[in-house]
Amino acid sequence: MSTAPTPPRTPVTEDVAPQRSDRSPWNWLLLVPIVVVLLVPIYNRVEPTLFGWPFFYWLQLAFVALGVATTSIVYRMTRRSPAERQAARDAIARDADAGSRED
Amino acid sequence: MDGINVVELTIVVVLFLLVTVLGFAASRWRRAENLMHLDEWGLGGRSFGSWITWFLLGGDLYTAYTFVAVPALMFGAGAAGFFAVPYTIIIYPLVFLVVIRLWSVSHVRGFVTPADFVRSRFDSPTLALLVAITGIVATMPYIALQLVGIEAILKAMGVEGDLPLIVAFIILAIYTYNSGLRAPALIAVVKDTLIYLTIIVAVIVIPSKLGGWDGIFGAAEQKFSAGAGVILPASGQLGYATLALGSALALFLYPHSITGVLAASNRDALKRNMSALPIYSLALGLIALLGYMAIAAGTEPIGTDGNTIVPVLFQQMFPSWFAGIAFAAIGIGALVPAAIMSIAAANLFTRNIYKEYLRKDATSRQEAKVAKVASLVVKLGAVAAILFLNPQFSIDLQLIGGVIILQTMPSVALGLYTRWLHRGGLVAGWVAGMAAGLLMVYNIPKLNPDGTVAREHFGGSSFALSKLGLDTKSAVYAGLLALLVNLAVAVVVTVMLRAMRVDDGVDGTAESDYTAEREDPTVRDLPDPLASVPPGAAREGGARR
Repeated sequence: MSTAPTPPRTPVTEDVAPQRSDRSPWNWLLLVPIVVVLLVPIYNRVEPTLFGWPFFYWLQLAFVALGVATTSIVYRMTRRSPAERQAARDAIARDADAGSRED
Repeated sequence: MDGINVVELTIVVVLFLLVTVLGFAASRWRRAENLMHLDEWGLGGRSFGSWITWFLLGGDLYTAYTFVAVPALMFGAGAAGFFAVPYTIIIYPLVFLVVIRLWSVSHVRGFVTPADFVRSRFDSPTLALLVAITGIVATMPYIALQLVGIEAILKAMGVEGDLPLIVAFIILAIYTYNSGLRAPALIAVVKDTLIYLTIIVAVIVIPSKLGGWDGIFGAAEQKFSAGAGVILPASGQLGYATLALGSALALFLYPHSITGVLAASNRDALKRNMSALPIYSLALGLIALLGYMAIAAGTEPIGTDGNTIVPVLFQQMFPSWFAGIAFAAIGIGALVPAAIMSIAAANLFTRNIYKEYLRKDATSRQEAKVAKVASLVVKLGAVAAILFLNPQFSIDLQLIGGVIILQTMPSVALGLYTRWLHRGGLVAGWVAGMAAGLLMVYNIPKLNPDGTVAREHFGGSSFALSKLGLDTKSAVYAGLLALLVNLAVAVVVTVMLRAMRVDDGVDGTAESDYTAEREDPTVRDLPDPLASVPPGAAREGGARR
């Protein structure tokens, strides 16, 4: 995969991108909101109410925050280095330039 | 409700004209010189950052029909209608890792549709065709239902006849044809601004007029006092959880969701959106409660159309000018998903039926042309479905849509992780899952509130476990049961085929594709058999270190 012009590579299965891994122990955190939200018996109650809202309603809306928190944490903890993210931004900018120059 | 409400109609028409201008202007936005390529027309150049992706996916997933039907369900059925909230909470952690794998492999290999991926991964045009047809069939009634949302506001404003609906959809069809995915992406910004404005005002103004939240929940408690009040009956909990889970599994298999995902410019934009999109779920939860507010306000639907509950409530509670803004929010909220859905269906037709079976040597220009025409046909079909068929038919089909789209889960979602399932097993599983799902939904009766049978078939999607001989009053989401059948058959047939050493084809993707980042080279940098992209000379150097 050098930058010099090369003859066509026939097998499509050849690696194009470098090897990386998307495995991380942090990913397990994503299970928390899924499991908690599906345990209906824990919130299928009226009491305690909050501002007139039965438990069933306000707790489920509060679970939105739980989902946001877990996905945010996983994103932060598995994020790539600033240099790598800059490389992605550069690639976007470059493609945008290339796009506007094409006929 | 005598005659037409001029103030409301004027505001709706003005806002509709505004988004029409935006829709046409969108073709010049972040413009590529050449829109005649499916990546440009059908995926917006795969260039949308975090913000635009948020608006686009938000406009795509939380449709006008949702905004109208969920409160109507709460109004009619109580707590069970609130499933939309857990459903849209679990969806994001559930697909967090999956959609970025799909984005990466599609970025590297130039896939435009989920069926493109399946074809390459499992080396099976047949399986790809099944996935494409499932996607198109599941999407079509969904587009038709967006019209139901528009119809509801037209009825509330006292506008008679089908002509306004037809005109609105023709205008939508033309600017989608012209601008592709850029049009709904830009319009989604307006739609969401109006929706959030409406919700914020609604949750402040309406409870204050109805004696606070105590009064609202109290009225609902009274209405449903024969049952479990404002919570679920014990026998309804399993159905509630499985419907939320099944719907969540299905949502990102829909072609229009995948179109929104593939249009993102990089993995980070998607990951950030998995944390930011739940803001819509919060809004949806508040919108759902409009159903209870309607109970407290004594709102009566127009005729027998339960979907008019929210528009009528707005008219009762708001001055005409603000009701007009709220109606425009719903109407424009219907245009965005309808446009994306028709683009997604058009992409599927073009890539997986036209190019695969009708014209293998189609150039990218021809592909774009075919997709544009297909998007017109799809929208005309949706209008025809609403005008000439009973709208109930679309609602039934959409219900089935969730059940059938789930049957593509083993090949599309599991396929992103493993190739262990044999292509023959996946086809067999799809057939079994479809048959099981349709059979179950066919056998679900619709009950009147007093327990008598209103309709014998297609009465819902919750399948009573007692029909399987289990001694329980609980019900389960039919789609999830059908998926289990699908998986079981797929595994058994895979084991058999592997034992018989049947060829499972060549994987057209590489392991490293699934974690590829934006800056990595793509197959388009190589001489590519799939797409004939004009070589992006600027992409050549520098991408690899």
